[in-house]
Amino acid sequence: MKKPRVATTSLAGCFGCHMSILDIDEKILDLIELVDFDKSPIDDLKEFTARCAIGLVEGGCANEDNVRVLRDFRKNCDILISLGDCAIMGGVPAMRNGIPLEECLREAFMEGPTVYNPERRIPDDEEIPLLLDKVYPCHEVVKIDYHLPGCPPPAEAIWKAVTALLENKPLELPYELIKYD
Amino acid sequence: MIKPITFIVDGKEIRGREGQTILQAALEAGVYIPHLCFHPDLKPFGSCRVCTVMVNGRPAASCTTPIAEGMIVESSSERIREYRKILVEMLFVEGNHFCMVCEKSGNCELQALAYRLGITAPRFPYLFPKREVDASHPEVFIDRNRCVLCGRCVRASRDVDGKHVFDFAGRGPEKKVAVNSKGRLAETKLSSADKAVDICPVGAILKKGEAYMVPVGKRAFDRKPIGAEIEEKGTDLQS
Ligand code: SF4
Ligand code: SF4
Ligand code: FES
Repeated sequence: MKKPRVATTSLAGCFGCHMSILDIDEKILDLIELVDFDKSPIDDLKEFTARCAIGLVEGGCANEDNVRVLRDFRKNCDILISLGDCAIMGGVPAMRNGIPLEECLREAFMEGPTVYNPERRIPDDEEIPLLLDKVYPCHEVVKIDYHLPGCPPPAEAIWKAVTALLENKPLELPYELIKYD
Repeated sequence: MIKPITFIVDGKEIRGREGQTILQAALEAGVYIPHLCFHPDLKPFGSCRVCTVMVNGRPAASCTTPIAEGMIVESSSERIREYRKILVEMLFVEGNHFCMVCEKSGNCELQALAYRLGITAPRFPYLFPKREVDASHPEVFIDRNRCVLCGRCVRASRDVDGKHVFDFAGRGPEKKVAVNSKGRLAETKLSSADKAVDICPVGAILKKGEAYMVPVGKRAFDRKPIGAEIEEKGTDLQS
């Protein structure tokens, strides 16, 4: 029988949630018995190769590339999960949301106390994705089916969610596994 | 003599005394009704509506509604639970709650309510409002990003500390906790020993130099939901 496929990505995140995926320890061996990874930093597949049962999205949308990848995940995954606080509410990157984008860029590249930038140029290479006006939670961009909060979410919560959903069971997290820090 | 009053919460008979509110009598009987702006040491204020219950079929804030003989209260039904979730979710999107970097995380009553209600993400869009921080005081700071306008600090400073350091200013989305000086917290009579400092349910008013003292796992709501102590008391009362 063909195994269901799982895809993962990190948008505006720190890869902490991906570390938490790996933190399921020896269960990672059970996991690769259960599923095949598709597009994911874990196997370094850059594009989708087949339809996926589950997509795990870390990080919110801070730039246009994040939005493109997130839409691609929505298109290719049956179940889409926001993994961690950044995907759910923007997280630390969203701390810029109260500050106008121009001011952020000026501070980061021109006026910050440790900046050395004699040309006073804000990086504008066309390879660099354009920043959005603010950082958006994933469910404000596409439909998200489940949310696993935490910074990062406990490995146990990820394991429980993925295995329950693969077995078509309802996802019920016990008290200790819903945490926002 | 104070008149005893018997009423029903979720099918359970509760005995209270005349003059008590639904919330007071329920808590005393070991029945937890989620609440936020209410604090046992302060006069009820009725602002957050988290304590909403159905009283004889109509919604009412249990912290301000006095008990009456034979009253039928519904607190843990599916629809009340859903109302409460909506209210708590609104409190999250109205402010800037970055729990991952908040000193109050694990000991915060708002967060604990969300945990207890099983909220994994709010259904409303985040507003990301612009709010002010005042760290001018040597011992205390106020971070309005996390303020839920519960008015506990206002009541505690006025009624317990006798200083009236805090009050509300503005309306609607502009409403905020103001301090009673022209300028900043440093110019008020606030002291870190004030009740007003200890009583904030969230991480909006905090003492400096005390952050992250308790390790993760040992904080108030890491293992047990908010209200668990009250419910344990209730089980003891019955046995
Ligand atoms: S005040 Fe409470 S809900 Fe708000 S950020 Fe801090 S821990 Fe989270
Ligand atoms: S500062 Fe704290 S106690 Fe005062 S109104 Fe805001 S949340 Fe309530
Ligand atoms: S606790 Fe009753 S309205 Fe806030």
